[in-house]
Amino acid sequence: MSEVRVEGLTKAYGPTKALDDVTLTFPEGGFFGLLGPSGSGKTTLLRAIAGFVQPDHGRIFIGDQPVEGTAVEDRNIGMVFQSYALFPNMTVAENVAFGLEVRRVPSGDRARRVAEVLELVQLGPLGNRKPQDLSGGQRQRVAMARAIVTRPRVLLLDEPLSALDRALRVDMQIELKRIQREVGITTIFVTHDQEEALTLSDQIGILKDGRLVRHGPPRAVYDDPQDAFTAHFLGEANILTGRVEAQGLRLTDGTLLPGVTTARIALRPEALTASIEQPATPHRLQARLVQRIFSGAMGTCILDWQGQTLKLTAPDRALAALPETGGPQVWLSWPAGAALPLRDPR
Amino acid sequence: MIRHAFARAYLGLILIFLYAPIAVMAVMSLNASEFYALPFRFSTEWYERLFTNDEILAAAWRSVWIAVVVAIIATALGTMATLALWRHDFPGKRILQALLFPPIAVPWLITGTAMLIFFFGVGIGRGTPAVIIGHVALALPYVIVTVFARMQSFDRALEEAARSLGARPLTVARKVILPHAAPGIIAGALFAFAVSFDQFVVSYFLAEPGDSTLPVLIYSAIRKGFTPEINAVSTIIILISMAVMVLAARYAKFGGTR
Ligand SMILES: Nc1ncnc2c1ncn2[C@@H]1O[C@H](COP(=O)(O)OP(=O)(O)OP(=O)(O)O)[C@@H](O)[C@H]1O
Ligand SMILES: [Mg+2]
Repeated sequence: MSEVRVEGLTKAYGPTKALDDVTLTFPEGGFFGLLGPSGSGKTTLLRAIAGFVQPDHGRIFIGDQPVEGTAVEDRNIGMVFQSYALFPNMTVAENVAFGLEVRRVPSGDRARRVAEVLELVQLGPLGNRKPQDLSGGQRQRVAMARAIVTRPRVLLLDEPLSALDRALRVDMQIELKRIQREVGITTIFVTHDQEEALTLSDQIGILKDGRLVRHGPPRAVYDDPQDAFTAHFLGEANILTGRVEAQGLRLTDGTLLPGVTTARIALRPEALTASIEQPATPHRLQARLVQRIFSGAMGTCILDWQGQTLKLTAPDRALAALPETGGPQVWLSWPAGAALPLRDPR
Repeated sequence: MIRHAFARAYLGLILIFLYAPIAVMAVMSLNASEFYALPFRFSTEWYERLFTNDEILAAAWRSVWIAVVVAIIATALGTMATLALWRHDFPGKRILQALLFPPIAVPWLITGTAMLIFFFGVGIGRGTPAVIIGHVALALPYVIVTVFARMQSFDRALEEAARSLGARPLTVARKVILPHAAPGIIAGALFAFAVSFDQFVVSYFLAEPGDSTLPVLIYSAIRKGFTPEINAVSTIIILISMAVMVLAARYAKFGGTR
C-alpha cells in the first residue's frame, strides 16, 4: 500500500496526445475513480503506472520511489483486465497462486494465502475449476483474488465490470468496495460509468483529451463542477448563459437571476421544481412544457426555453399537477445555491 | 433443392476421385493374384512378403527416423521463428513473412534440383544429412503457418497479466505462451513428419543410391516391375500418413470447435 503520484505525465501517439501534462496524487489506501469520455487517456494513464506504456515526459512514483526505470514485473502492482485475462490452462487456484509462485513463496504458505484470498472473494470451494467453467461474476472475483494475493502496492482496474450485465455489475460494485476496504489497498479504477465512479470512489479524476480537467471527492466535484464539461459529464446539467450585470445574471429572455456573478450557470435537473403558478422566489424562469415522461418512481419533464431544451427530474408525484402532454408555459424554480457557477471560458 | 442435390453429387464425386484409387490399391494388396485377377481371393501373402523383405524394411525404418528428426528440427526452428515474428516488430518483418510462403508453391522438382546444386556447391553433397536439411527446409513453412495461426487466438492481456504478477519474460513464455501454442506446435510437428515421410522428389535427388527412403525405393521397384507387395507397402504408408494428418487436423482445430 502506497501513495501513487504522477507528475507532468505526457504521452503522444503521433499527433494525438493520449496524456497531456497530467499531475495527480492517488492517496494511499484510497479508491480513485478515473473518468472521461472514450479516448480521453484513462487506459494510457493506468498502463503508464503499470509500466506497459513509456511516457514521453513526466515522472511516476509508487510510494516514494520513482518507477520510470522499473520493468512491469518489478513494480509490484496488481492489475485486473477488462477481459479478466485468466490463464485458461490453469485452475482457479493455480491462477491465483501464479504471482506467489513467481515470487518463490514456499508452497505451504502459498496454499494458505490462496485459500485465504479465495475465501475473501467468496470463491472458497471453486479452486479446482477451470476459468472456462465459471460465470462472468466468478471470473471477475478470480481476477481480483489473483491481483491482490501478492499484496501489491497498488491495484489497477481498467473497466473491470464492463463485461458484466447490469444487475451483476451493481452486486460486483458492492463486492469490489468491500474487498478494497478489507485489504486497504490503494486502488485506481477506470470506468465509463459515472454512476459507478460516484458510488465507489473516495476521489475521482476527470480526463478529457489527455488533460486532467477536475479531481476531488465525488460530492465536491458533483456539487461544484466549475466547468461545463464536468457539469455535463458528471450527472446531467442544464446550462444557462447570459450577461453579468450589477444585480446578477441577465438571461437572454430578460429574466434577472440575482446574486449570480458568472455568465454561465449549470442547473441539475433534479434541483428544478415545476409549477403552474409563479413562485415567490427570484430564482426562476418561465419555459414551455414539451413533454412529461413517466418512468416509474421518477418522472422527467422536457421543456423548451428560448429554443434550448431543458430537463427536469422529480418524483412522479411532484409532477402530478402538470399536464401529460405539452404546450403550456410553466415556471421552473430552484433554491438559491443550486445555480452552479461555471468559470471556464466558453 | 436442385443446387443442394448438385452440391452433394459434386462432393460425392470428389470423394470418389480421391479415395477410389486408394481403395482399389488397398483391396488389391489383399488379393491373392499377382496379376490383379478377379474374382478376389483374400490373402495376406503380400504383407507377409513385405515383412521379410529387408530392403523395404530398411527403407521404411530410414523414412521413419528421418521424418522424426525432421519433425523435431523443423518444429524447434519453426516455433522459435514464429514466436519471434509474432512477438516483435522489426524492419523487414513483412518481407520475411512474405518470403516464407513461395517455397510451398515452387514445384518440388525444381526445389530438389536447386538443393542438389546448392548442396554440391557448399560441399554437403548427397546423402542422409542433405535429405534431412532438404526436408527441414520444405517442412519449415508448414510449421510456421500452423503455429502462427494458433498464436492469432492468443489474448495479449494474458501476457500482460503474467508480467503484472511479477513473471519475467522466460517464465511468461514457459507458463503462458507455450501452453497456448502447444496444439499448434504439435500439429506443426505432425505436418513436418508427414512432409518428410511422404517426400519423394527431394529425397530422390538428395539420397545416395542404396540409402533410399521408402517412397524412393517404391519408385525404383515399380520401374523394375510392379508387384502387389508395392500395393501392400503403399497401403501402409497411406494409413500412416492419413492418421498423422487426422491427428494434425485435430490439434490445429481445422473447421471444428475452438
Ligand atoms: N498504442 C496506441 N497507438 C496509437 N494510439 C493510441 C495507442 N493507445 C492509445 N492511443 C490513443 O490515445 C488516446 C487515448 O487512448 P486511451 O486508450 O488511453 O483512452 P481511454 O480513455 O482508455 O478510452 P476508452 O474509454 O475508449 O477505453 C486515444 O486517442 C487513442 O486512440
Ligand atoms: Mg480504455
